[in-house]
Amino acid sequence: MGSSNSSVNNIPNAQELMQETGFSAAHILRLHERFEFLDKHKCGQLRPQDFGAVQELALNPIGDSIISAFFSPGQETVDFASFVRILAHFRPTDRNQSRDGAQQEPANSSIRKLKFAFQMYDQDRDGKISRAELLQVLRAMLGIQVTEEQLQSIAERAIQEADLDRDDAISFDEFRKSLEKVDIDHKMSIRFLR
Amino acid sequence: MAATWQFALFLCMMLMVSTSPSLANDNTEHFTTASSDHGTASGSDSEQGTHPGSETSDTSHGESGHGGGPITTLPIVSWKWEHVSTPYLVALWILVSWLCKLVIEANHHVTSVIPESALLICFGFILGGIIWGADKVQTFKLTPTVFFFYLLPQIILDAGYSMPNKLFFSNMGAILIYAVIGTCWNAASLGLSLWGCHKGGAMGDLDLGLLQYLLFGSLMAAVDPVAVIAVFEQVHVNEVLFIMVFGESLLNDGVTVVLFNVFDAFVSLGGDKIDAVEIIKGIISFFVVAFGGSLVGFVFGLLISLLTRCTKNIQIIEPGFVFVLGYLAYLTAEMLSLSAILSIVFCGMCCQKYINSNMDERSVTTVRYVMKVLANGSETIIFVFLGISAIDKEIWVWNTGFILLTLLFVLVYRFIGVFFLTWILNKFRLVPVELIDQVIMSYGGLRGAVAYGLAVMLDENKIKEKNLMVSTTLIVVYFTVILQGITMKPLVNWLKVKRAAVGELTLIEKVQDKVFDHMLVAIEDISGQIGHNYMRDKWNNFEEKWMTCILMKPSARKNRDYVFKVFHKLNLKDAMRYVTEGERRGSLEFVRNETAFIDFKKKFDDDFSEVMPDIMADTSDDYSDTSDMRRDPVPSVSLEMHEQTMNGMRPLEDVNSHHLLQQHLYKGRKQHRHRYSRSHFDVNKDENEVQEIFQRTMRTRLESFKSGKMGVAPLKHITKHLKKDQQQKMPNGKSLDKSKTYHSGDEDFEFSEGDSASGFEASASSFPMRVTYRAGAGIENPAFMPDLDPMAQVQIPPWLAEAEVDSSMVAPSQRAQLRLPWTPSNLRRLAPLRISAHSTDSFMLADAPAAQQRDNDQLPPPPPPPAPPHGDHM
Repeated sequence: MGSSNSSVNNIPNAQELMQETGFSAAHILRLHERFEFLDKHKCGQLRPQDFGAVQELALNPIGDSIISAFFSPGQETVDFASFVRILAHFRPTDRNQSRDGAQQEPANSSIRKLKFAFQMYDQDRDGKISRAELLQVLRAMLGIQVTEEQLQSIAERAIQEADLDRDDAISFDEFRKSLEKVDIDHKMSIRFLR
Repeated sequence: MAATWQFALFLCMMLMVSTSPSLANDNTEHFTTASSDHGTASGSDSEQGTHPGSETSDTSHGESGHGGGPITTLPIVSWKWEHVSTPYLVALWILVSWLCKLVIEANHHVTSVIPESALLICFGFILGGIIWGADKVQTFKLTPTVFFFYLLPQIILDAGYSMPNKLFFSNMGAILIYAVIGTCWNAASLGLSLWGCHKGGAMGDLDLGLLQYLLFGSLMAAVDPVAVIAVFEQVHVNEVLFIMVFGESLLNDGVTVVLFNVFDAFVSLGGDKIDAVEIIKGIISFFVVAFGGSLVGFVFGLLISLLTRCTKNIQIIEPGFVFVLGYLAYLTAEMLSLSAILSIVFCGMCCQKYINSNMDERSVTTVRYVMKVLANGSETIIFVFLGISAIDKEIWVWNTGFILLTLLFVLVYRFIGVFFLTWILNKFRLVPVELIDQVIMSYGGLRGAVAYGLAVMLDENKIKEKNLMVSTTLIVVYFTVILQGITMKPLVNWLKVKRAAVGELTLIEKVQDKVFDHMLVAIEDISGQIGHNYMRDKWNNFEEKWMTCILMKPSARKNRDYVFKVFHKLNLKDAMRYVTEGERRGSLEFVRNETAFIDFKKKFDDDFSEVMPDIMADTSDDYSDTSDMRRDPVPSVSLEMHEQTMNGMRPLEDVNSHHLLQQHLYKGRKQHRHRYSRSHFDVNKDENEVQEIFQRTMRTRLESFKSGKMGVAPLKHITKHLKKDQQQKMPNGKSLDKSKTYHSGDEDFEFSEGDSASGFEASASSFPMRVTYRAGAGIENPAFMPDLDPMAQVQIPPWLAEAEVDSSMVAPSQRAQLRLPWTPSNLRRLAPLRISAHSTDSFMLADAPAAQQRDNDQLPPPPPPPAPPHGDHM
């Protein structure tokens, strides 16, 4: 894929990225193309507006939350390396390769996947999903079908279900516990990024 | 009696047309005259042709029979067996089969080892033996017509209707590969290998050619949906594995039918007439049959959905449409020689979503249950008759080589096929199919009644060894269903196959599920891939835009959000549990009497502010007197009603609480209004005591609101209430769940959890309350009385107040061992506002006797704490 002159070598830090994320050269190449396509200003950085330009994303009810999960707190832009690192969360977990334990958890481990999902809720990055944050996501997803009060109580109930220490918010641990039965590897993987 | 067995009768499930019995009889009664010399009846046409004829002759028989000549006097009763023999035997056989199941299911230690289907077959052997002993000939067997027209459709319809669509479509690729390529592989390899062995001289002298072997292979190739459902239902393997085996077994029918027809035609044509053109035609016909069948099903599915949009006024037969149209989908596909099974599967899968939201909730339940009754019933009959059919000397032709080799090849090639295909698939699958799952999948390749039905359909003139094929098929069926069925469970355990997670439905998981879906789509969009999720999203959007618009009632469209439905379901469950638990503990006080009901309601408002409108909308559906409130499931209504309650209840209860109480002791209100109606079912609706109670209390409260104009309850209540809603309405999920686990031990912990679940405010304010109660009910000091809320006095039956005293004196954890955290008295702690809010002593005098009276009237007093020492209420 891609034109012949573009190769992995043109991309800065490509080898390290491959090492870190487990993407193959072809994947990196492809993602780089995509990155450049999104990067309208050719500055090597993506801003939220660039993401917003993706048409389908605008239709996605929680598109904004997902976009903002790409940006680390306080930063306005995301560069290619971070872009790839974020996407690496969605690579299916490798079953065959055993990694040495000394290394840091790979981005596509189920705990990291969960972490990403968690951060998507946790807009203010305080390590907790507050009721307001949950409500925001719920509101986006359920939209006009449900009244505000109903939304409120759904959020309430969801928090009650997960909230173990009664602080009226969901911490990451609680979040993880509440989703223990869900096959995260399955739910948060995309085939084509394999 | 034995003479009557000459009519080899066959069963049928009338039920395709369950709503009109007389019609059903005409439609589905099936009559086969398979007496001993007749062999097996083949072809439905001739049989159905004979049906009216024999019926009339039966009738005349019956008429001339009783007199034995010209009648001289009026016979009072007469014996007319011939008149009823056909339907009678059909019904009798259904009964017998179901009784077999009853007997089997009564012995749980047996069914836990041997699957039900195997046991049913064994019962069939016994029954067959009895018939054989009586008649010396097997007069009852499973004929293809009965099987394919009257027994199979409902099973498949049920499978389609209850198919987890999302799971199915996300594994569609794999399922199709197994179903198409796997089945072809099975057929070809089995046919060719048997042929090779025949050439090698392994099975002696048989009059079979290559084409016949391939024909045999094709009928043996298909994994049978009935057998697979029966066995896998009992071993709860993980859902992906299940959907693979199950989906394959459903879809491979298209392939089997085509292969069977093609080879059947080839056998008729003869080997020399077959050329490339014919083979290409065969391949084309495969696609036509498979896709055509699916299309027919799809069209019928849409038709059902459309119909259920406008059946509001004939709700009582609404469920019937699903069955009739489903059956028609099956028959239409059969008529067009398309794959009937595929047709009915897709019909069920298409319409499920729409009919479930279009139809009344009760109709949906009816459909579900009738579907299960039919499917389970005919499954039972199929297995019993598979057993009975075996006890017949006619069909048994033994050829060791042929039979054993078939068994071996069936098993081996299944393994090879599955492993090879999975190996290819795993290169593309997101989540590879694990080795263990592959083993189970191969081992789950059960053959069943479909193969047997096809084998019996073979034409004896064309295939000389038909009986050998039939008996071999039977043996393979028995081998797979009985032996593999029995060993399946141990194997699953031994290999530690991932089981289906049996989890409580939790809201957060469902929410998260949806978030994951959206997230994957978004990530695919961002990374610019067009993948699985992208396609699904596109389809969903399309469906949202067009299909639901056309196929769904406007009113149904509103409430169908998935998360919201889950939420609604959870709330209903909680409410039910709440009431049942109250009943179980012997105190339905809080529902039965008005005043406590307010508390209950209050608790409801606090805890479940959302639930109320939903429940009301649900339970009050068929009562017109509350109709003004019920349609609108907006919570504000609930709050308003609460207000009404507060305003209206108090004068009323003061005046005639005695009367009220008596009126509210539960006696099924509707029971004395017996009225038969074919089209209105809701009159004698019994057993829904919970709903009933809800209804009645609701109505009285409304009435009382109308009558009671003097709003005694200060507004403060309500406003405070509203405030509190935010804080403490939701502990239900936790506290109720806890209460369930509560019995299993760890009481202290659970209790404290349940308690704290009610939020800070409640736990904070519950203390003063308890003190107040003690002051009122326990100490009996009149000086304190004016300070008390008279409401509290009335609401708290003295024994409960007693409980309060007791419980407030012991540590909470010990109290927890005595009672659940949310018994009525406890609720009050959750809702303390009433106490602080006001005090009107004018009610005092009226209240005290009222409380006493109620005490005496109350039939089963809730279990009081051991030996209440005070006499104020005795």
